[in-house]
Amino acid sequence: MEQFIQQILNGLTLGSIYGLVALGLTLVYGILHVPNFAHGALYMVGAYVCYFAMVELGLNYWVAMAAAAAVVALLSVLCERLVFHPLRHAPPIHDKIAAIGILLFLEAVVQMHWGADFRRIPTPYTEILRLGELTLPAQRLLIIGGAFALMGALHLYLKKTMTGLTIIAMAQNREGAFLVGIDANRVAMMTFAIAGALAAIAASLFAPINLVYPAMGHLVLLKAFVIIILGGMGSIPGAIIGGLIIGFAEALGGFYISSTYKDVIAFVLLVVILSIKPTGLFTKGVR
Amino acid sequence: MNRAIDFFLSSTMRWLLLALAVVFPLVVTSEYLVYVMALAFVWAIAVYGMNIITGYCGQLNLAHGGFFAIGAYTVAILTVDHGWPFWPAFAMAGVFGAVFGLLVGVVSLRLKEHYFAIFTLSVGYIIYLLIDKWEELTHGSLGIINIAPPEGFGLVDFTETVPFYYLVLAFLVFAIWVTRRISESLLGRTFRAIRISDDLAQSLGINLMRNKILAFVISTVYAAFAGGLYAGVVRFIGPEQANFIHTFDMIAYLLVGGFGTLMGPLAGTLIITWLTQAVQGLEEYRMIVFGPMLVLLVIFFPKGLVGTFLSWRGRRLARQAPRGTREPRTGASEPAADQSQGARNNA
Repeated sequence: MEQFIQQILNGLTLGSIYGLVALGLTLVYGILHVPNFAHGALYMVGAYVCYFAMVELGLNYWVAMAAAAAVVALLSVLCERLVFHPLRHAPPIHDKIAAIGILLFLEAVVQMHWGADFRRIPTPYTEILRLGELTLPAQRLLIIGGAFALMGALHLYLKKTMTGLTIIAMAQNREGAFLVGIDANRVAMMTFAIAGALAAIAASLFAPINLVYPAMGHLVLLKAFVIIILGGMGSIPGAIIGGLIIGFAEALGGFYISSTYKDVIAFVLLVVILSIKPTGLFTKGVR
Repeated sequence: MNRAIDFFLSSTMRWLLLALAVVFPLVVTSEYLVYVMALAFVWAIAVYGMNIITGYCGQLNLAHGGFFAIGAYTVAILTVDHGWPFWPAFAMAGVFGAVFGLLVGVVSLRLKEHYFAIFTLSVGYIIYLLIDKWEELTHGSLGIINIAPPEGFGLVDFTETVPFYYLVLAFLVFAIWVTRRISESLLGRTFRAIRISDDLAQSLGINLMRNKILAFVISTVYAAFAGGLYAGVVRFIGPEQANFIHTFDMIAYLLVGGFGTLMGPLAGTLIITWLTQAVQGLEEYRMIVFGPMLVLLVIFFPKGLVGTFLSWRGRRLARQAPRGTREPRTGASEPAADQSQGARNNA
């Protein structure tokens, strides 16, 4: 039973990280209808900026995380301005290829500067809490707490502020949003900034219990895609619920089925779901 | 001027290109350059496959590199672990390419647009993970060495670079010929109709699913045969072969040459391969150049070299033609210039 609860905790950790990355992806998809293949690279750049600020500059963990969020948010906005904005009327295949171009570029730049070696970010929170038979590393609790706090803040921002509401309005109905005078450029830039910051924070939270390397974004990106397909592309609660489903499936599957193939579990789920219901689990109607 | 342009599209030009390819190993002194050219031809065959599903039929297949790896691993496993000669193993590579292509196609092609791209990206990753982890079958991350080279016929020995070059050239010419036949047939026009719009194609009475699966299977067979040839020439293969990066390389080749054109895949592959060769040390960091290049190309020249040339020629002819006369046909490789501008709005 303890083992089971331990795996549930692991699943919650993974799920909250995946959820944060998927949230950014689904927000961008909701606004521009672009599957942003470069999102995983933004996640990776976030981890490296955090690594740079913390290990090479010797800054505090939280300052490093804020720096990562700011840098990646800026980078994300730049991608929108320079790449996705000029392509807004192009056939959809072009956005995807351009996003892949950004992904390859960012990875190559990081690899040129830091090399392909695995790196570690030390965590300032090394305590391990014990609760009976359970072991709770502080960093994991921080991830779960941080991720859910961030999701809550995002929810409040989207529902209670004017700028947040413009994002929702544009995701719901583009033409309608234009009609009531919403500035599409501002909303798009805002969305990309939020998505980038979420990815960078997720990476900074997760990096201390994981490794930092140029290809670290691949699997996370693919799983985030699986999640937003599960949860319905563009749906915010869907991304959070989907993140938890994949997190639990991976933790429990990795423990009870096979740890070698735990990374395949998410994709097998995807294949099964899409074979049965080609539009995703929670989507209604079109697409 | 017009005659110069027409010459580029004439059959004389095609024979001239072939003649150039045939004398290439005789003119070039270094065997290494012949080897590089042979490898470029192998990749070009795979890119022709991608051109069928992505270029003609408009479905962005991101698992193409995975099917290349399936072909290569089929040859490697059959020759090394089961002692098969090369040619039967090579034939099996095509069979496996078709079988896996059919299985993946039946599931994935029910999905549209983004869902299809994401799904195939996942399929590519599953192929990579399986190759990397299934050690009993694929030797895992160690890879497979000493793959059997193609057996020669009589005096020809394909372990040497130059005969192998001609072998690959023969396959490439065959691949281009098949593509041309498809492109000019009703099937090719069916594929193009599907690219322009699913709804349009369906309203013409085209069976979407059957034609998409057909295009997909043709493309995976191309990829698997190219992979088989690759295993025969390099004679070593590892899980890296199934990495995304090769699929992205192929997209770059196709985009530079021009989606849905007949000579685009060859032009793109050769240009990028030789540019990469020309700048020493670029191999590892090629993506620093390729990445922004992909972005700039899709923004400013989405039709690629061949596509831009063809549509420039089309406009030129239209200007020159006296009013009222019918425009001459620009050939079957003409790209659909009006690639459904409003596709995103409808999608």
